[in-house]
Amino acid sequence: MTAHVDSHAAPTSAEDFLNRRATLSQRIHTVLHRQPALSPAIVLVLAGAVFALLNSRFYQLGNLSLVAQQVAVVGSLAVGQTLVILTAGIDLSIGAVMVLSSLVMSKLAFDHGVPGVLALLIGAALAVAAQAVNGLLVTRIKLPPFIVTLGTLSIFTAATLIFAKGQTVALPPGAFLLWSSQTISLGSLHLTTGVLLMIALYAVIGFALRYTAWGRHLYAVGDDVEASRLAGISVNRVLLSAYMVAGLAIAVAAWILVGRVGGGDPNSGINANLESITAVVIGGTSLFGGRGVVLGSLIGACIVQVFDNGLALAGFDPNYQVLAVGVLVIAAVSVDQWIRSVKS
Amino acid sequence: MTAPVLEAKGLVKLFGRVVGLNDVDLTLYPGEVLAVIGDNGAGKSTLIKCLSGAMVPDEGSILVNGSAVHFKGPQDARDAGIETVYQTLAVAPALDIASNLFLAREIRRKGPLGSVLRMLDTSAMKQQATEHINRLGITTLQNIGQAVETLSGGQRQAVAVARAGAFGGKVVILDEPTAALGVRETGQVLKLVKDLRDQGLGIILISHNMPNVFEVADRIHIQRLGSCAGVITPRSHSMEDAVAVMTGAKTLTPTSGT
Repeated sequence: MTAHVDSHAAPTSAEDFLNRRATLSQRIHTVLHRQPALSPAIVLVLAGAVFALLNSRFYQLGNLSLVAQQVAVVGSLAVGQTLVILTAGIDLSIGAVMVLSSLVMSKLAFDHGVPGVLALLIGAALAVAAQAVNGLLVTRIKLPPFIVTLGTLSIFTAATLIFAKGQTVALPPGAFLLWSSQTISLGSLHLTTGVLLMIALYAVIGFALRYTAWGRHLYAVGDDVEASRLAGISVNRVLLSAYMVAGLAIAVAAWILVGRVGGGDPNSGINANLESITAVVIGGTSLFGGRGVVLGSLIGACIVQVFDNGLALAGFDPNYQVLAVGVLVIAAVSVDQWIRSVKS
Repeated sequence: MTAPVLEAKGLVKLFGRVVGLNDVDLTLYPGEVLAVIGDNGAGKSTLIKCLSGAMVPDEGSILVNGSAVHFKGPQDARDAGIETVYQTLAVAPALDIASNLFLAREIRRKGPLGSVLRMLDTSAMKQQATEHINRLGITTLQNIGQAVETLSGGQRQAVAVARAGAFGGKVVILDEPTAALGVRETGQVLKLVKDLRDQGLGIILISHNMPNVFEVADRIHIQRLGSCAGVITPRSHSMEDAVAVMTGAKTLTPTSGT
């Protein structure tokens, strides 16, 4: 950038410098920057290919159906987690709320004879209310989401155990709440209604995030709170709504959990919370907020399940699955760090 | 002479025992740039916050086009046609230019897609954003779908100014809009300010930068110790005079200005 270069024309040498041809890494950076779900999708495809080579049973429809069924609970929960993480928060209580909700649903139906639909609605309302508590603590008392949900994690877990009195609930076959585990077979592909519920959840939330003002405001708030406030977005309302809509996703996850467990079990879904965070992070959503797509979280949840399933089929010790997921999380956050560094 | 678009009369704002504003009057006409200058703590920010609705004055009245208004929050001022641009480049980095222009004012699709499904009309927003940008002659912003984080500081501030100009029906307040910018970028933003003025908007510009103020301002309101120390014009007074009044080395006769 010497002085004589730019003396003759309006575009300065600095602009020429900026407009120079992008290197390969810059072009990859640009693409990944625009498509946050692309890198997890590539990982999923590669993992699928490798596991298929290791054991040909991996790609049989029966096995893939199993993977899909195992993804349903954490996949649904990850929708709620994505909403909170997009606002630059994190939700440690989302799993506890799910277990509480699923237990209330099945206990109401079994012990108190509440009709299944009503029990479902009450359980769902409870999940939304619990998330509203999280949201209000974050917006009104201005506590960091990490601390709020760390506290409510204990509170909701304790509530679940107190309410359950150490008992599990086994719903009779044919109960309405077990509808979420109905099998739908297409040839040798055996999906459950729970899987379809999860896909519907992704479609609805994905639509809302992409095509509505609410979605855009959610991204903006996660991106830059102050700029959003100055632009006239009611930040607190957006934040509260993110937690409450996450409550709806939790309710769906709780229903699917009831179907999988066959009732209510206070000790079910213990790892679901961390697994939902893992799915979101592997799915390319930035922990710093404002960046990511909900589809990525589905891919992330699938990656974890594919590793679990594929490594088992390939004859590895199950502990390697835990190790592999750990490596994936670190890799995903490193990629995010690189993607977020913007060179204009 | 045209009627003032924005008037403040006898504004008082106290912070405990500290006097933020002491009986301050301000008058802004359409199609002019009124600069507000003053030392730190002179009450510039307090004055501007009262006008932009971010603060409620303890006493005094604010009039928009001659009728009294009572702003309880920034949204009230915005609804009255007063937009504010902040020094902090108040744009959401990951969103594109069009989304930022329409942030919190999104256009929805017509028909049930918009009213029931609440879908956004992205193409209409892009088109209108392009029109605003072109009307302001911001040539450095080419791709309306570009993420704001890929823009330079000056371009980001241009987006913020364009947003204010597009929606500020009457008044645009710029709070130190060039403080974070380089020389060339400052020039771009100042040109935008002049363009907005030429479109008939009333502009209030808060700045510490005397050469900038003297370049674009039609009148200069000088704040000192919470009060208005006088209103001068770049023709009637020099930069040294302005600084002298600002610091209290000189006082003005009360009749000067306009």
